[in-house]
Amino acid sequence: MKLSELNKGDRAIIKKIDSSEDLKRRLASFGVVRGSELSVEACSIGKQTMEIMVDDTFIGLRAEEAEEIEVEKI
Amino acid sequence: MDTIKIVLAGQPNVGKSMLINAMSGSNGLKVGNFSGVTVEKTELCFEHHCHMFEMVDLPGTYSIRGFSQEEKVAHDYLVNEDYDVIINVLDSTHLKRNLLLTLELLKLNKKMVVALNMADEAKKEGIEIDVKQIEKIIGVPVVLVSANTKEGVEELLEKVHEVADSHERIKSNILYSDAMEEEILAIESFLDQKGFALRDLSNREIAIRLLFEDKDIYKELHDEPIMMELQPIILKALQHLYTHHDTKNVQEIKANEYHAIARGIHLETVKCQRDRGKKSLTKQIDEVLINRYLGIPIFLFLMWGLFQLTFTLGAIPMDLIDGAIGTFGDWVGSNISNEFMRNVIVDGIIAGVGAVLLFLPNIIILYIGIALLETTGYMSRVAFLLDGFFHKFGLHGKSFIPLVTGFGCSVPAYMAARTLKSEKDRLITLFIIGFMSCGARLPIYVLFTGAFFGADKAGNILFLIYISGAMLGLVMAKILRVVVFKGEDEPFVMEMPKYRFPSFTLIWHTVYNNAKSYVKKAGTFILGASVLIWVLATYPNQPILEQEYQAKIEQSSKEEAKKLENQLKMKKLEMSYLGQIGKASEPFFEPLGFDWKMTVALETGLAAKEVVVSTLGVLYAIGDEVDENSNALARELKKNISFASAISFIVFVMIYLPCLAASMVFAKEAGGYKYLAYLFVFTTVTAWVFSFITYRILV
Ligand SMILES: Nc1nc2c(ncn2[C@@H]2O[C@H](COP(=O)(O)OP(=O)(O)O)[C@@H](O)[C@H]2O)c(=O)[nH]1
Ligand SMILES: [Mg+2]
Repeated sequence: MKLSELNKGDRAIIKKIDSSEDLKRRLASFGVVRGSELSVEACSIGKQTMEIMVDDTFIGLRAEEAEEIEVEKI
Repeated sequence: MDTIKIVLAGQPNVGKSMLINAMSGSNGLKVGNFSGVTVEKTELCFEHHCHMFEMVDLPGTYSIRGFSQEEKVAHDYLVNEDYDVIINVLDSTHLKRNLLLTLELLKLNKKMVVALNMADEAKKEGIEIDVKQIEKIIGVPVVLVSANTKEGVEELLEKVHEVADSHERIKSNILYSDAMEEEILAIESFLDQKGFALRDLSNREIAIRLLFEDKDIYKELHDEPIMMELQPIILKALQHLYTHHDTKNVQEIKANEYHAIARGIHLETVKCQRDRGKKSLTKQIDEVLINRYLGIPIFLFLMWGLFQLTFTLGAIPMDLIDGAIGTFGDWVGSNISNEFMRNVIVDGIIAGVGAVLLFLPNIIILYIGIALLETTGYMSRVAFLLDGFFHKFGLHGKSFIPLVTGFGCSVPAYMAARTLKSEKDRLITLFIIGFMSCGARLPIYVLFTGAFFGADKAGNILFLIYISGAMLGLVMAKILRVVVFKGEDEPFVMEMPKYRFPSFTLIWHTVYNNAKSYVKKAGTFILGASVLIWVLATYPNQPILEQEYQAKIEQSSKEEAKKLENQLKMKKLEMSYLGQIGKASEPFFEPLGFDWKMTVALETGLAAKEVVVSTLGVLYAIGDEVDENSNALARELKKNISFASAISFIVFVMIYLPCLAASMVFAKEAGGYKYLAYLFVFTTVTAWVFSFITYRILV
């Protein structure tokens, strides 16, 4: 399942990240890597952007980026 | 006295700037912002134990491999420049994530001290950190500090002394995953057996770099015979790592390893007693501020409030300043007997500079507002809220930050665009920042709306001007995106920092520095421009014309004489250098309904927007005997300019090229004067077309 399909309040574990190298590195520096646990904190209107929390860090993402992250809901 | 050069590195929002303030305390000798070619770093010197401390505050970086322009600046500085000690600043409440950067910095093999900042906040959140244990693991001194309460700051300074003076490093005890350690050992023992040594690197370090496919180490080893034997060992090792990590991407393997280490250190050294079920304050605030439905209305309300404050609160001291400048001018005038000098000083300098100082209160309020947005952590939320909307126009949510700054002044706005990583997003943002009317254009709007709409409607019209400028900017962004800067968008991935109470010192520093540079500009640049314009409007002398009129005036009645005198002044002005310039370019502006005086005012505005008003003051103040205060000027404008021309003029001012200082910064940030030429054509054509349409509709 894709991160973009989750809703506010959902929790999940990251299975795979399909982004470009640059973006992967940026995500990694936020603590977003395979195996990290995340929760969805907020979505903007029409789910154009979503806020997730990983390790006490809040991160804003656009739907396009969230689509490239494969997760498993828990 | 010895100098110790220190570089502060750390992720954004960990409190580097604040820590620098705390460390220098009242000993700070020199604070300043240096903008070199690409480096925007703050430097500061102070004395401590008979050493000169020279501090460089680099922009925050999440990772040492550049993602955004700012990170490249930091990276290049760390790798290429000469310095003694790195202070790596960490946020104690986000230790795990911050340690990732520390691990990368350790690879630089420089002298380093780790400062765990925000100790006060960590204590409040029930986080306990075993500093000695971290020290043991990473092999560099670690100090727990708080820039806020100043605890640990003295110890940090001592540690910097120690590290700067010592020559040996403590061994680090960083352990990788089992698979990785196994392969490191294999390579390391092979290198040991061969008795191999390279620079100051240990064989373990060489092994690690080989496994992480560090390009530099491969380059260095390329011609070494040992490489031949090493190759099969490395290949076998990599195979092992690939299966262990389930990927063939070495970057990913490296990221995984680093994460595992950071997690390990965190587990081993941090005890957290916060009960998990409790919602953090940031979460609670976010429930409201980035609420799906409330978020945007709240934001719009806050922006509206900020502009209201800027104009209403700012108007109070304005009258005082206006009066003071007038009185000062009269007083100076009455003390200078030489007529020429009096004219230069009172009509040129005091009038010109005064017109600019008048707007200092507005500027200060606007900057306080922007600084508040920034330090509280709300700015990132706004980027989050607006990204969807901005994205439709080909912009990035983060473009919001430079664009809002643009309402204050375009110069810092152009620099703020560096947070954008994609070159195209950055250029589009740079090109449309000018559409966000800067503080210096405000006097022109105030003057014209006051004159043509009356005081009661002026406020709304003003708001309309700002909004339509911004809207036009968005449309232009879309056009640029579709026509010129095609291609991939920058991803939107952004940290939403914790909400914090704004720090008074930090805000005071930003606002004070901005206000200071505004006043400095008034005292230097605008002063010079005012004198120049006054000279251009006064010379060359017209002795023949004057004699002619003098003769006529003497023969006529008192009433007549007055009229003739004004006629003379007008004629002289028309024949002055300024008049000649205006006349020459008049045909270009005629279709827009501008006379030569308005044309001249616009052209002087290229130097600085504040000058437009003072030029109009000089050019239209003719019929008036007493003073040039803005009311009188407004009356003159209303008498001489048609409504259609006035609106067309406002439209042109909204769109055309920003001031000289801003244009220079634009050229630097965009990457060359070529872009400035584009900007000039782009804004002039747009301004001309829109003014033309406005004029034709209204006339
Ligand atoms: N509680 C607390 N807040 C801090 C401390 N140091 C910095 N801050 C706050 O953290 C925010 C970011 O600080 P700043 O110096 O701008 O961080 P920089 O981006 O690393 O330069 C500001 O709101 C500061 O007031 C600290 O030691 N304790
Ligand atoms: Mg800073």
